Amino acid sequence: MIQYIIRRLLAAIPTLLVISFVIFAILDLAPSDPTGNLPMTVPPEVREKIRISLGLDQPMYIRYYKWLVQFSVNEPLNILQHSFGVTIGDAENRTRILSWATRSPVIDLIVERTPQTLWVVGLSFLFGILMAIPIGIVQAYRQYSLFDQIGTFVAMLGFSVPTFFTGVVAIILFSVQLKWFPMIYDTTLEITSWDNFVLQIKQMIMPVTVLAFYQASQLSRFMRAAILDNLNLDYVRTARSKGRSENAVLMIHVLRNSLIPIVTLIALGIPTIFGGAIITEQIFRVNGLGQLLIIAIEGADIPTVQTLTFLFAILIVIFNLIADVLYGILDPRIRYD
Amino acid sequence: MDSAVIETEHRSMWTDVWRQFRKHKGALVGVFVFAFIIIAVFVGPPIHGVDPNAIDFKARNLSPEWAHPLGTDNIGHDTLAQMLAGGQVSLAVGLSAALIALILGTLIGVLAGFVKSLNGPLMRLTDVFLSLPLLPLLLVSIMLFRDTLRAAFGPETGIFLLIVGLIGVTSWMHTARIVRGDVLSIKEREFVTAAHSIGTRRHRIVFRHILPNILSPIMVSATLGIANAIITESALSFLGLGFPPDFPTWGRLLYDGTNFIQITPSRVIWPGVFIALTVLSVNYIGDGLRDALDPRLRGR
Amino acid sequence: MRNTLLFSIALSSAVALAGTAWAADRGRDGELRLLYWQAPSTMMPFLSGGTKELEASSVVIEPLARYDNDGKMHAWLAEEIPTVANGGVAEDLKSITWKIKRGIKWSDGSELTSADAVFTYEYCSHPDTGCTSSNYFNDIVSVDAVDSHTVRINFSVAKPFPYAPFVGYNAPIIQKAQFDGCIGAKAQECTEQNFNPIGTGPFKVVDFKPNDVIVFEANELYREEGKPAFSSLLFKGGGDATSAARSVLETSEMHYAWNLQVEPEILAKMAEVGKGTIIAGFGTSVERLMVNFTNPDPNLGDDRAEYLGGNNNRNPHPFLSDYAVRRALSLAIDRQILVDAGYGSAGKIGCNVLPAPAIYASDANDECKTQNVDEANHILDHAGWVRGSDGVRAKNGVRLSILYQTSTNSVRQGTQAFIKEMWKAIGVETELRNLSASVFFGGDPASPDTYQKFYADIEMYTNNFSGTDPETYMANWTCKQVSRRANTWGGGNMPRWCNPDYDALSTEMSKTADLDDRIRLAKAMNDMLMQDYAMIPLIHRGGVSAFSNVIEGPRGNEWDSELWNIADWHLK
Repeated sequence: MIQYIIRRLLAAIPTLLVISFVIFAILDLAPSDPTGNLPMTVPPEVREKIRISLGLDQPMYIRYYKWLVQFSVNEPLNILQHSFGVTIGDAENRTRILSWATRSPVIDLIVERTPQTLWVVGLSFLFGILMAIPIGIVQAYRQYSLFDQIGTFVAMLGFSVPTFFTGVVAIILFSVQLKWFPMIYDTTLEITSWDNFVLQIKQMIMPVTVLAFYQASQLSRFMRAAILDNLNLDYVRTARSKGRSENAVLMIHVLRNSLIPIVTLIALGIPTIFGGAIITEQIFRVNGLGQLLIIAIEGADIPTVQTLTFLFAILIVIFNLIADVLYGILDPRIRYD
Repeated sequence: MDSAVIETEHRSMWTDVWRQFRKHKGALVGVFVFAFIIIAVFVGPPIHGVDPNAIDFKARNLSPEWAHPLGTDNIGHDTLAQMLAGGQVSLAVGLSAALIALILGTLIGVLAGFVKSLNGPLMRLTDVFLSLPLLPLLLVSIMLFRDTLRAAFGPETGIFLLIVGLIGVTSWMHTARIVRGDVLSIKEREFVTAAHSIGTRRHRIVFRHILPNILSPIMVSATLGIANAIITESALSFLGLGFPPDFPTWGRLLYDGTNFIQITPSRVIWPGVFIALTVLSVNYIGDGLRDALDPRLRGR
Repeated sequence: MRNTLLFSIALSSAVALAGTAWAADRGRDGELRLLYWQAPSTMMPFLSGGTKELEASSVVIEPLARYDNDGKMHAWLAEEIPTVANGGVAEDLKSITWKIKRGIKWSDGSELTSADAVFTYEYCSHPDTGCTSSNYFNDIVSVDAVDSHTVRINFSVAKPFPYAPFVGYNAPIIQKAQFDGCIGAKAQECTEQNFNPIGTGPFKVVDFKPNDVIVFEANELYREEGKPAFSSLLFKGGGDATSAARSVLETSEMHYAWNLQVEPEILAKMAEVGKGTIIAGFGTSVERLMVNFTNPDPNLGDDRAEYLGGNNNRNPHPFLSDYAVRRALSLAIDRQILVDAGYGSAGKIGCNVLPAPAIYASDANDECKTQNVDEANHILDHAGWVRGSDGVRAKNGVRLSILYQTSTNSVRQGTQAFIKEMWKAIGVETELRNLSASVFFGGDPASPDTYQKFYADIEMYTNNFSGTDPETYMANWTCKQVSRRANTWGGGNMPRWCNPDYDALSTEMSKTADLDDRIRLAKAMNDMLMQDYAMIPLIHRGGVSAFSNVIEGPRGNEWDSELWNIADWHLK
């Protein structure tokens, strides 16, 4: 198993290199420009100067190489220096990945935004899973019962009505009409006291609920399907006929075998937490990683988009590896060699 | 288990499937609702007789009334006419894009799970597609393909093909990974190894033994895919990738209407309801199909 | 006449602008909460140029003079506005001398001197800085510190309007001590300085989170007693315009929201709650249709929408080169409907490309105020454009079929829908296209969808000029400025309209110092553009903001920062 993991990790390096290059090429080809959002009053020759100051006059492969060195050498060294308080090599002249929009290190931007994204998107994913698994199990086990029908109906509403709509409805209902929660997420809030903690909960409720509802709708459908597939398999009948209790049948046999699609989904879902939730973050002004990404894309801030997307790619590769390893543990018959 | 499959082959399989499908009440209701929606959006416009792009300058932001059963929008368009016209596009985009994603996802998932030598490359490909930044990718594709497609098929069909293709090609990855995970597990089960040992050919194993057992997640992916495609289409139009702005679709009506929810709520309620109804009916049809195609259930 | 001129300037100092009659303590009113739905990405105005960054930084760093909401110039850090009359501007118009007020302190306690102004010029004019305001420092030979509080700017040419450097929120003064090491290529790496500039304004930065939120506190060393009234300032960003309006008008979570380009009925509905007020400030912005005078046919390859020189334009548009068609297109539009549906109080019918300052506004083009479909049809009939069986007019096999592009924005798409319908009434067929703003305005020479390449028949956007002098703006439509392959589509003349008479007027204006003559020339140029329908103006647009009824002070401002008078804002 260990050997397998090591082999996969080594194989991941060329994959990631290819991914990073493909992303860079796409961003380079994309027809947006970092000066595109400037007011009309900024004349073309000034725009050209700005492009040059951002290094856009250099050929694509040189810019890619610079970014790669900054990402894989300079930034890790910088993190090492920070965590151990030492100076490694020529720290003065080592350039960091700078955002074109803010002219500040991209890694710092990401670090600054991770807390609110974890609070809101991470928690909603967690709640989504915690809701979806039991709901899916009961729905499958009592297929076509009233509970199943209602569950199906609500889930369909959940993923056919997008968050840009549910978010606005939530704001009108709970902020404008009932005045229960603030409609603007305050990222400067620090949890230093009980009161601030209550404020944090209050400002999180709407975005987390809206997102969790959406997540749970999708996950519960897959959970229900997975359990249904296994409920009718032979070994379940065998176990039942052997006189095992229903609970034991359900929990031990069915659930274990149904976990494979769930593991797949969770492994696909965790990286997306770090991708943020673009629409929900915008609506409630959570201003996390999703908003950082969308602003960077709109502003053609290539270093930021490239770095964020690539970190995201690393997570995808890692979590897919974790999923593959978990498959083997859940179902020992699955072999990789 | 295997014997059930072989027995049914002597009878006409599709008669059986239909018989089983009819027993599923939800599926029948689903078929009925879905048929109603299709008929409404295709037969409705001539009956209603209002051009969805006709503008009545004086009739802006009207609540539902006799002349405008669903009211009007802020431009003076008749909402019902827009709903009906939008339905044609949204259904076409939703169904075809979801179908492309479904076929791609299932194909890649099954191949990766079943054929060992393809597992690595296909899963790396999936990783690549999962990591691509969607918006810039779309911007690049529109730059590369829009004018070519527009020249070849005309502005509307060209854009339709582009949108359906783009949504399909960028949303198959979840299905592929889920299918692959299931295939990996199922192909080691006794009935598959048994089929191998009696010399059943590989494509037969896939179609007879593996696919029926992973139908549920595929059906779920299909319903999710339709909703996803309908909504994604509306997002595309903001990038200038979608249909021209005077081309209503449900996703777009919903988006545009959201800001007007306090003034003319019917502008958002109806697109929302119809997207949900479509997805719900497809879901129930999928449920019925799955049950009907499941050899174990069909025997009962 | 001269007294009414915009830049014949109130000699009053900023103190005279003070709104509050009662003196009180600085910081008495607690926190002021602003919402800018586009969040500032930096506090350094010279490295961004975006309106949102200019607005945010304007509460910290200040220019020598600034415009009020009527476009009138006021001395800010300077003692007075230099003019030829008071000797501040040289007779030959080649230099201007500013006197900086004595005793103004940066928020770190040091004194503001002429060295800071000289440094600001050096910083922004350095070629590697990438300064987004460098055009405000054009044609400068040198900036000299005459003494510790006097600064003289020497121009290489006569400047009839010498008020670009150090005036307005585009060209404020930064502190030399802070940015000394940040000049040239180093400017990019001075993150700490760029995020926390030291200023002379009413507030100073406490915490800057790029693209998210800025926390300011009152500047204890601000030059005016008892100001600002607020002890701190929360400058939140992100989201969309509609919900920004909602947070002020409906929930009162915020005191002020900026740039609310939202359909008027939505704003009106929100305003019914009675918690806030909507204000619109008018500047020079005009939403207009650009008419393509060259042929955008994709089959032309490299010559697509390319101006091929010659006074006769060797690559003419198949039908828009016909004066009758252009005139009919303009006559067919009912601009009042566009205003009512898309702009409300934030828009007026626009018949000029140069609508303001008022002294420059021409009244020769008022025909456009009323729609005249019959006349439009008559003109087209007369010009030989005959309706076909599908209702679309054609002549010699050329159909009046227009591709009409603009950026994605719900108000713009509404306008597109209306105009398509209005043109249908005169037998013109329209295909609409909307493009992502970042692509349309992006200017990437590889993209076919930029407004500069103009691969369409008609395109719509807003343009304006900053400051109050229209010379550079009007020079946009000279032949030299034609946007074409040779200048990588960098010219400002999108219609590719070329007229030697116009060029002559433009040249004359750049040499004319007398204001009355400049007004005459600007009006003549505007009328020439309008009467040849090189552009079809639609709406004179204002900037819309909303403020909560608990505060007093916001005036809006299209000439400078909307927060120009934030030191005077206070709770009711």
